[in-house]
Amino acid sequence: MEFVDIFISILGSTIRLSIPLIFTALAGLFSERAGVFDIGLEGKMLAAAFASACAAYITGSAWLGLLSGIGVSVAFALVHGFASITNRGNQIISGVAINFIVAGLTIVLGQAWFGQGGRTPQLPNTARFSPITLPGVDALRDVPVLGPLYANVISGNNILTYFAFAAVPISWWILYRTRFGLRMRAVGENPGAVDTAGISVTWLRYRAVICAGILCGLSGTYLAIAQSAAFIKDMSAGKGYIALAALIFAKWKPVPVMFACLLFGFLDAFANFMQGKSVPLIGEVPVQIFQALPYILTCVLLAGFIGVARPPKAGGVPYVKER
Amino acid sequence: MSTASVPLPNWINYGLIPLLNLTLAFLISGLVVWFIGENPLDALWLMLDGALGRGEGVGFTLYYATNFIFTGLSVAVAIHAGLFNIGSEGQAYLGGLGAALVALALDHYVPWYVTMPFAVLGAAAFGAAWALLPAWLQAKRGSHIVITTIMFNYIAAAFMVYLLVNVLIVPGKMAPETRTFLEGGQLPKLDWLMAMFGMKLGPAPFNVSFLIALLMCFLVWVLIWRTKLGYEMRTLGISPSAAAYAGIPYARIVIITMLISGGLAGMMALNPVLGASARLQVEFVGGAGFVGIAVSLMGRNHPVGIILAAILFGILYQGGADLSFEMPTITREMILVIQGLVILFAGALEYMFRPAIVVAYQKFASA
Repeated sequence: MEFVDIFISILGSTIRLSIPLIFTALAGLFSERAGVFDIGLEGKMLAAAFASACAAYITGSAWLGLLSGIGVSVAFALVHGFASITNRGNQIISGVAINFIVAGLTIVLGQAWFGQGGRTPQLPNTARFSPITLPGVDALRDVPVLGPLYANVISGNNILTYFAFAAVPISWWILYRTRFGLRMRAVGENPGAVDTAGISVTWLRYRAVICAGILCGLSGTYLAIAQSAAFIKDMSAGKGYIALAALIFAKWKPVPVMFACLLFGFLDAFANFMQGKSVPLIGEVPVQIFQALPYILTCVLLAGFIGVARPPKAGGVPYVKER
Repeated sequence: MSTASVPLPNWINYGLIPLLNLTLAFLISGLVVWFIGENPLDALWLMLDGALGRGEGVGFTLYYATNFIFTGLSVAVAIHAGLFNIGSEGQAYLGGLGAALVALALDHYVPWYVTMPFAVLGAAAFGAAWALLPAWLQAKRGSHIVITTIMFNYIAAAFMVYLLVNVLIVPGKMAPETRTFLEGGQLPKLDWLMAMFGMKLGPAPFNVSFLIALLMCFLVWVLIWRTKLGYEMRTLGISPSAAAYAGIPYARIVIITMLISGGLAGMMALNPVLGASARLQVEFVGGAGFVGIAVSLMGRNHPVGIILAAILFGILYQGGADLSFEMPTITREMILVIQGLVILFAGALEYMFRPAIVVAYQKFASA
């Protein structure tokens, strides 16, 4: 029975740790499928976390927090768009720049406004997205395995968690079943053909980076006012890059993205669980192995040992209309 | 008509446009300072005074600049071959391991000038080794160097923490760091150089690594503009298809370039590890690898430009530390904002002003 409890607790934290990855990786999916590389996922996420924490603190409303998180993230997405679509700048450099600007600005503004060393003030529960208890938890509580599984993994999450799992099929539907999605995928593979068909490459790519901005806004908001109750400096802590790794690991497809994020979230949760515990025969396994594993797995994948990861063909290349 | 193909004279391309971009970056930084309720001019003055006012400040400025010269060169060498090495941070971290192992092995037996060449080789070899796998993946498997080098930064961080916490730590101590090197494993300070200019170095860790950095600038210049390999690298960087037609081996050049780039990044570790703290510490690189991107972009990938840009960033780092002390509302992280804005305007938005400048230039030239 104890084993089941441990399993359920790891599963629960896997879900919690995967949510920001899912949002962020889907953000990268939209941007990169349209041919705009996005190293700035990390920065947008962090900016959204800061903005949502500030707005939730001032207004006392989690929803207004979410709104400003999304707003700020979209603003940075537009900067990225302006640099890489309108000015045909280097998309990677633009993303790196955004990461730096946000890493600095959140701390500078946070210190200037709240004077708590870059933190924002602790939020009351009313200004956060609190866990929701689904109906039937009490009724199922005494059922072995299924009861705790329902209570701790499926129920007891905040609304953004359910948004994340809804975002996966929605993204799939947009990408593969709408005209916008078809055109977006086309613009990432062969923008010249899209342009010849009389569709604006610029406007399509802008819409794609705005989608990325919205999703990063959700993930940042989740970090600051759903998972925690304040903004803490550097709270994204490389999750943007893990999401990027997950996106590649999932070969730029929405449903595999979810599973890749769950896998990387599980590694994170398992590392937390294993901290300080020793395994029979091997002894204590260093947590750093679990921290490095997502990156190592992605590199192994990139080396072509687990299928081939083929990025969108026109990714990273600015589109030049006139010849 | 597009303005992209109109040629402009060099003083506009290499003088006016970068200057405009930098000015804009600093103006926006000033706006941020003003926005949080401080006077930007006062802040600028405090910063310059902190970085250049006294011998100690200058020493710290040049100490930081040394780091940035190495990482800037590392990024620049890769850019010349059309590769964006975002992994200088991790390569420098591993370089620290190479340098520290040499120092730990030799410091009991020989003076510093014997240790130094081995430490340089050790740092460069470990840095290069960390760049090898991403280079191979790019050359042979076609996976994007940017992605793999990012992954390797994180793998390096995890690996080094593991080594420092579990292997290299001094038994019985809490801090995850190696023992302090004896004098045979330390690079001496350059107080005599400062004294030549009538300045006292004080406790600033400005050391011999600076001279190694200058030597590397010269060697990189020779490599890029005076050797066959450099020519092949630049050809590959400008046009991979032209390079292929000319029979330049793609995989070979990519791997060699990345080894050199990783080696230069690795050598950065000499400065903090052997020069300043005399021990290997967790996170000693402290973002210098990423500053290298800004430095290389600002210096137009030329060693002379890189030295100037590195000193500018040295001023920002040292002056920024002083500024946050004098004006507590402005934290040290303001440097990151300025750095990001420089990368944005000097890098990604490089050509923002170009169309307008072309129009103005054509009017001026035809008048």
